[in-house]
Amino acid sequence: MQIGIDLGSRTLKAVVWQNGAIIHHQVTESSFDPHRQALAFLGQHPAAHIVATGYGRHLLLQHTELDVITEIKAHALGARHLFPNCRTILDVGGQDSKVILLDELGRVKSFQMNDKCAAGTGRFLEMMAVSLGYDLEGFGRAAAETEVGAPINSMCAVFAESEVVSLKNRGVAPAAIARSVHLAVAGRLAAMVAKCGYGDHLVFSGGVANNTTLIALLEKELKVPVQVPPIPSIVGALGAALHGSRSLTQK
Amino acid sequence: MSEAFQVKSDPELWEKLGMDVARFSGMPPMLTQAYTNMFLSQKNRPAAMVYFDSMVENIHTGRIHEIMAVKESGKPVIGTFCVYVPEELIVAAGGVCVGLCGGAQGSIADAEKILPRNICPMVKSAFGFKVGKICPYFQAVDLVYGETTCDAKKKTWELLDHYVPTHVMEIPQMKRERDKKLWVEEVKDFKVAVDKISGTETSFKEIAGAITTINAKRAALQRLNSLRHHNPSPISGKDMLLIEQIAFYDEPVRFAQKVNELCNELELRITDGIAVAPASTPRIMVSGTPMALPNWKLHNIIETSGAVVVNEESCIGTRYYKDLIDEGSTTMDQQLERLTERYMKIDCSCFTPNEERITQVIKEYEESGAQGIIDYCLQFCHTYNIEAVKLREACEQRGIPFMAIESDYSPDDVGQLQTRVEAFIEQIKG
Repeated sequence: MQIGIDLGSRTLKAVVWQNGAIIHHQVTESSFDPHRQALAFLGQHPAAHIVATGYGRHLLLQHTELDVITEIKAHALGARHLFPNCRTILDVGGQDSKVILLDELGRVKSFQMNDKCAAGTGRFLEMMAVSLGYDLEGFGRAAAETEVGAPINSMCAVFAESEVVSLKNRGVAPAAIARSVHLAVAGRLAAMVAKCGYGDHLVFSGGVANNTTLIALLEKELKVPVQVPPIPSIVGALGAALHGSRSLTQK
Repeated sequence: MSEAFQVKSDPELWEKLGMDVARFSGMPPMLTQAYTNMFLSQKNRPAAMVYFDSMVENIHTGRIHEIMAVKESGKPVIGTFCVYVPEELIVAAGGVCVGLCGGAQGSIADAEKILPRNICPMVKSAFGFKVGKICPYFQAVDLVYGETTCDAKKKTWELLDHYVPTHVMEIPQMKRERDKKLWVEEVKDFKVAVDKISGTETSFKEIAGAITTINAKRAALQRLNSLRHHNPSPISGKDMLLIEQIAFYDEPVRFAQKVNELCNELELRITDGIAVAPASTPRIMVSGTPMALPNWKLHNIIETSGAVVVNEESCIGTRYYKDLIDEGSTTMDQQLERLTERYMKIDCSCFTPNEERITQVIKEYEESGAQGIIDYCLQFCHTYNIEAVKLREACEQRGIPFMAIESDYSPDDVGQLQTRVEAFIEQIKG
């Protein structure tokens, strides 16, 4: 039995892998004590081989015996397992967004991450949703309901919020502003993918890939189909579990 | 080691230099701690590193006393921020050429009271050290040598001149004959400015001596870098970077001697198979913008993530020592011309075009036995940042793993950088 655990900035994801299949998975909000939260979960499976990834990986390593891999490698392994022909991964999580290019064998060829800034991340969408009074699902739905809206100009979370407030005060409908925010994020992510020199077979993973409006806008922007895993949030955790099973076979 | 490592304090000296003593007193303990954690914790360091440890212990005291003694004897003490400095002319006048502080987050808030926020951290840090009176070197200099390699620097010199006399030399940004002519003229002006401080005109013989001295220093660093390329690495990247940083404030003759002693030890280590990491350790070359003391951020992340840094293609690195000056001049005019020729070989990204830098990076990559390049760009350094596009293309053509990083001195992106560096190491391992 292998467990892949992904300690992200907003959520904690886990995948339990046995005999070539996922037998359990979960996504929970990160608490103030992510490593205790993770240890509590791991305690339920004492015999498992554990591989951790995500921002909290090193923290967890201080508390229990396990292997660590980066989110980049974890997403590469997870996405490739779900989509065997995948060559490009766009992963957008709570704190960062990244583009990973794979070679024909699925090895990481190069990758790009956003700088230390919330632009184009889940956190950015979340802040904009809150300032418009939506929950995350409602935010995406509202943006899909209208064709009106040009991309907002600012991608800095702080400035974008003032831009949203001033649009609101000009009497622009919330749905139109929601669409503007989505257009801006889609544009930013598409530029990041294009800069990496993507080919076909693009997989979109991470929590933000639950937003179907964004997927549609990305497809329009990039002019290629965007493949989305059934549960996009657990791709990293799945990759970590797969790394565990691979290293076992190698041993 | 007989005594525990400690960066020394000398409040009396600092008072005399007009420093903010109360504030600066916190610096030595901080540096002691950072240095102990990052350097002394390394396994299997060469014994000859003891000298360089002592240079760090004496950075705010012993070395300052030496510099003040030179100054009190009427010789010039000149502070710099660049490798584009004809330091031979300062040494010829019996003076001291010293790289100034500009590598720490601590002085940036001082600078931002005056300078705009969105400029290079090195320029901000340096300016902040002067206005905050928290760098003994800045307080000790007769003048600061400023140069026009970038917009942030050249406009900051105008402001810095209110606090300390700043002599600005125009660095050409192309390498045509007329640009070289311009620079020879600038070199001559600089010589006049240096000689004015000592009140005597430096002679042909003195310049010849200084050229030999600085050539010997650069040659020692070349020797060290070539030994360091051996796999398994006989010395860590962090220690190498430290030595490259100390090259900018140590006395050149003693420094060259100590570097050569270290080289002798490394030769023995190579023969005996003593190394700081096994031969299978991923080898990374760093290219790009300078890392001024105490900027050890990237090297520390790389080397605590299971890789070893095997080369610095940087101003504080090979760009400083890869070229020597022809010593065969028979007249002073010829000396200044040959000196200029050497300096025109510097492949700073302020030049256009700058194809020779791409060639140089690839050459150093091959010589160092690296397995990937991390290009380090200080935030807002447009020329290096844009040149990274060409470097990436050159690396992709040759199948060299390449990653560009843009960062400043603040610790807030360490988590992100660590993830990137680890992923890059995973990529190299395959």
